[in-house]
Amino acid sequence: MMDEQVNIGIEIHCQLTGLQTKLFCKCKGDYRNELPNKNICPICSGQPGSMPQLNGKAVDHSCMIAFAMNCIIPPRMGFYRKNYFYPDLPKNYQISQYDSGGIGSVGYSGKLQYGGDFARIRRVQLEEDPGRLVYEADMDTSFYTLIDYNRAGTALVEIVTEPDFKDAAEVRTFLNKLTSILEHLGVCNTKLEGSVRCDANISIGSGKRVEIKNVGSFREVEKALNFEITRQKSLSSHSIEVKSETRHWDSERKVTKQSRAKEEEQDYKYFPEPDIPIILLSEEYLSSIQQKMPELPDKRRNRFVADFQLSDHVAHVLINNKEMADFFEAAVQIYYSPKEIANWLVSDLMSFIGNSKTEESSIALDLRIGPKHIAELARLVDENIISRHTAKLTLSKIMRTGQMPSQIIRESDSSKIHDERILLKAVEDAFESEKAAVIDASSNPGVVNFLLGRVLKLTQGRADPQIALALIKNKLRKTT
Amino acid sequence: MSKLFTLSAEQIISGVRNREFTIEDYVIQLLERINDIDDKIKAFITINDEALNTARKLDKKIKSQEAVGSLAGIAVGIKDNICTKDIKTTCASKLLQEYIPPYDATVVRRLKERDAIIIGKVNLDEFAMGSTTEFGSYGPSHNPWNPDYVVGGSSGGSAASVAALECTVSLGSDTGGSIRCPASFCSVVGLKPTYGLVSRFGLVSYSNSLEQIGPLGRTVSDIVMIMNVIAGFDENDNTTRNEIKTPGFVASDVKRPVRYGLIKELVEASDPAISKLVYSSLDLLSSNDCKWEEVSLNSDYALASYYTIAMAEASSNLARYDNLRYGFDFDPEGYEWNSYFSKIRNNFGDEVKRRIMIGSHVLLSGYYAKYYLKAQKVRSILRHEVKKLFKQVDVLISPTMPVLPFKIGENIDDPVKRYLIDTNTVVANLVGTPAISLPAGFSDNLPIGLQLMTDEMQEQLLFDVSKMYESVASIKRRPDL
Repeated sequence: MMDEQVNIGIEIHCQLTGLQTKLFCKCKGDYRNELPNKNICPICSGQPGSMPQLNGKAVDHSCMIAFAMNCIIPPRMGFYRKNYFYPDLPKNYQISQYDSGGIGSVGYSGKLQYGGDFARIRRVQLEEDPGRLVYEADMDTSFYTLIDYNRAGTALVEIVTEPDFKDAAEVRTFLNKLTSILEHLGVCNTKLEGSVRCDANISIGSGKRVEIKNVGSFREVEKALNFEITRQKSLSSHSIEVKSETRHWDSERKVTKQSRAKEEEQDYKYFPEPDIPIILLSEEYLSSIQQKMPELPDKRRNRFVADFQLSDHVAHVLINNKEMADFFEAAVQIYYSPKEIANWLVSDLMSFIGNSKTEESSIALDLRIGPKHIAELARLVDENIISRHTAKLTLSKIMRTGQMPSQIIRESDSSKIHDERILLKAVEDAFESEKAAVIDASSNPGVVNFLLGRVLKLTQGRADPQIALALIKNKLRKTT
Repeated sequence: MSKLFTLSAEQIISGVRNREFTIEDYVIQLLERINDIDDKIKAFITINDEALNTARKLDKKIKSQEAVGSLAGIAVGIKDNICTKDIKTTCASKLLQEYIPPYDATVVRRLKERDAIIIGKVNLDEFAMGSTTEFGSYGPSHNPWNPDYVVGGSSGGSAASVAALECTVSLGSDTGGSIRCPASFCSVVGLKPTYGLVSRFGLVSYSNSLEQIGPLGRTVSDIVMIMNVIAGFDENDNTTRNEIKTPGFVASDVKRPVRYGLIKELVEASDPAISKLVYSSLDLLSSNDCKWEEVSLNSDYALASYYTIAMAEASSNLARYDNLRYGFDFDPEGYEWNSYFSKIRNNFGDEVKRRIMIGSHVLLSGYYAKYYLKAQKVRSILRHEVKKLFKQVDVLISPTMPVLPFKIGENIDDPVKRYLIDTNTVVANLVGTPAISLPAGFSDNLPIGLQLMTDEMQEQLLFDVSKMYESVASIKRRPDL
C-alpha cells in the first residue's frame, strides 16, 4: 500500500497587484481594461538598449510574503536570467531568481501551517510576468496568434512548495490559507482574473513526476489533480509506467493533455542578470519590513476567538476570506453583537456568495450589502423587533436593493406582531385547523412547537414567537 | 571662415560664443566634408537630417542672446548601437536595418540637453562584435591614414569620423577595447570610463557587465568636456554609481607627481616598433617627480575569461531579435513561431552567430561551471591583482594594441588570431577601471596608441596625466585626405 502514496507539490504565481508600476519600469501594474499593447514602454516591450529598473516596492512586498511563509531571507538577493524563446516573452528571457553562488531568491526553507498540517515552502522568488498570447479559437486550431504585451513585466512572486500534499483537498485547503495571507498582506488582490495561478507536480508511490500546467483557477486545480491521480492510478493498475512529462489542463474537456513541447528537457541557461546589482537585505531593512507587516490570518483568528468569543470554526471561516473578516469587524464596530453578526455572515451571507473566493467577485462589488446593514439587522433581532425569519427575508431584499433593514421593514410592514388580539386570532385558527394535533398535545410535548409553526405560517412569520408560544400554552391548558 | 572642421571642441565653442562664425557655418562645412570624403572612409551609416535645422535654431537663440547649453556648436557622431529617438539605430545588423528607437539613450539625451548636435550615426562591427569594423552589414570603414587598412573596432566609425575631421567628437562603446583599439589605430584620444560612471541606458547591449559608453576626440580637453556632460548617476541604469551626480572634471595642465607602472608582459608581447615607442613615451613622461617601474600582471587567462563572459551575455542579449516587436518587413505566412525565429535569426552575420553559439554553449547547465563560472573566477582574481598593483603605482601603462593597423581582410578567417589583439584592452573591462588610449606616434605612417589605466573612479588623475603626455608628445599630424 506504501506504493499508493500520492505526493503533490505546487507552484503558485501571484501578481503583486498592490504595486502601482511594473517590476522593472514605470508602466502601470494594473494592465487590465487596457487596449492591447497600450500599457508598454521601451523596457517592458524589450526594445534594444533598454534596461530594467528595479521597483523597490516589489522587493518590500516579496519580502513580506517570504516572512509570511516563515522563510529564511538571505542577506544578498539577486536576479538571474532564465533564457528561453517564446513569443510572449519580449526579451526571450525572463528576469527571475535562482539560488546559486551565494546569491539567493527572496526566501527559502519556509513552512506554512494550513488545516491541521503544514507544508514546507522550498522558495519564494520575485520575477516578471510575460505577455499574453491570444488565440482566435483555441491553441491548436487557431490560424494566427495575437500577442498582448500589456501584462509583460508585471511583478510576480512565485511560491514553490515541497511535495507535501497527499490529496487534492489538502491542496485546496492550503491555497485558501495562502489566498487569505496574500489578501491580508495587501500585496495581491486574488479576486482579479489571472492574479493567482497554480501549477502542480504529482507522483504516486515511486512513479515518475508529472507537471500540470495551465490551470486557470483554484477550483480547477482540485479537478485537475483528481483527474491526474485517477489517470496515474489506472495506468499503474494496468502496469503501464507513468511518464515524466508536462501536461496541460484542458478546462473544457476536464482532462490533462500531454504538452506538445518537451518543456522538461529545456535548459534555461541561468546566469546572473548583469543589469541589476546584487541587493543587500540588511537586518535594519528586514526589521522595518516586519514592522510594516499587517496582522496575519492566524493571529487574527486567535484574536477573533479571544476577543469576540467566536467558535474556532466560525473564526476560521471568517478569516479564510479577508473581505468577510473585514466586513465582520466593521459591522461589530457599528453594533457590538459579535456572535449574532458572525452567524449572519457565516451561515447566511456566505451562502449567497458561495464558498469559493477566486471564482466569485467581491461582496462589496456585486451585492449591495455592507456592514451597516448586517449591524442593524443584528440589532433588530437582538431587540426583538423582528423575528429571525423576517430578518432572513429582509437580508435577501437588502442584497437586491441596498436599503437599510429598518426601511425595508417599515415599507413592507413586516415588523413582528406583538398585538395579542391578532395573535390570538391566529392561534385559534391554528387550533381549528389542527384538531388532531391539539388532542395529541397532552401526550406529545412536541406538538407545541408544531402549533407555533402553524401560527408563524399564518402570520407570514411575523408573530412574536414568545408571545405566540405563551398564548398556545395558555390555550392548551384551557382546552385540556 | 574656411576649414572650421579642423577645430577642436573648445575652439568651436569659443568661436561660436564670440560670433566668429555661426553653428550653421560649421555644420554645413562638416556635412560637405562628409559628402566629400566619406565615400573613402565609410564612417557614417546615417546622417541626421535635422542637424542643420537644429544648428539654425541654436544660432537664432544666440543671436537673440538667449542662453544655450555648454555644448552649443559641437557636432557629435554617435556609434550606431546607441539609441537615438527618431533616427535609425541599426547596430550594423540586418535585423535592425529599419529600427527607429522610440527613445534617446541617456547619453544622447544629456548631449541634446546641452545643445550638442547629433551629426549622424557611425559605423561599427555588427552589434559591436569585432575589433576592426569589418563585420557590419554596411561593410568596413577605412583607416583615414591609409584606406587599405582597418580602422580598428568595434567603434571604428567613431574613431575614423573624428580622425577624418567629419565631426567634433564622437561616442563609442567599449566592451573589450572597442573605443581604445580604433582610437589607437586612427590616432585619436579614446576613453573607456570606470564601469558605472556613464549610463548605459539606450546602449544596445552586447555584454552588459563589461561595456561602457565613452567619448572619442582629437584632444584630451574635448574628452573631458564630453565626460562632464555624459557621466553621472542615472536612475534608468541600476548599475550607475551614485557617488557622482554631476561630474566636475577639469582639463588642466597641472603637473603632479605620478608613479607609472609599465606592464612588462604586455609590452614584451608587442610589435617591436610599438614597444620601442612605449619606452620613449616613458622617457617623455619621466621627470624628477614622475618615476616609472616595470610591473608584472599575469593576464594569461584574461582574454579567455573576457570572451567567455562577453559571449555568454551576448547570447542572451541578442535573443530578443526575433522580428516580432520591431525589425524589418518579413511575411510570416507559412511559418510557425519556431521556424519563423530561425529564419529571421539566420540574418545575423557569421561573427555574431559564432558568439551566440559559443555563448549559449558555455551557459548550458553541464558546462556552466567549467566555463562561465571559471571565467568569473579569473575575473575576480584579476580584479584583486590589479587592485594590488594600484597600491604600488598610480598609473598602469601599456601599448593600447600589440599590433599595428593591418590590411582590411587580413586574417579574417582566423577568429582566434583576431581575438588575440584585444589582450591589452580587455583587462580594464574585466576589472572595471578607466583606461584611455592616446596618440603616441607612427610607424610607417600607421598610428600607435599608448594606453593609460588608473584605479576605478580615478578619471581626474587619468585626465591630468593624459594632458601632460599630450603636451610633451605633441603629435600634430593630420591624415592626408
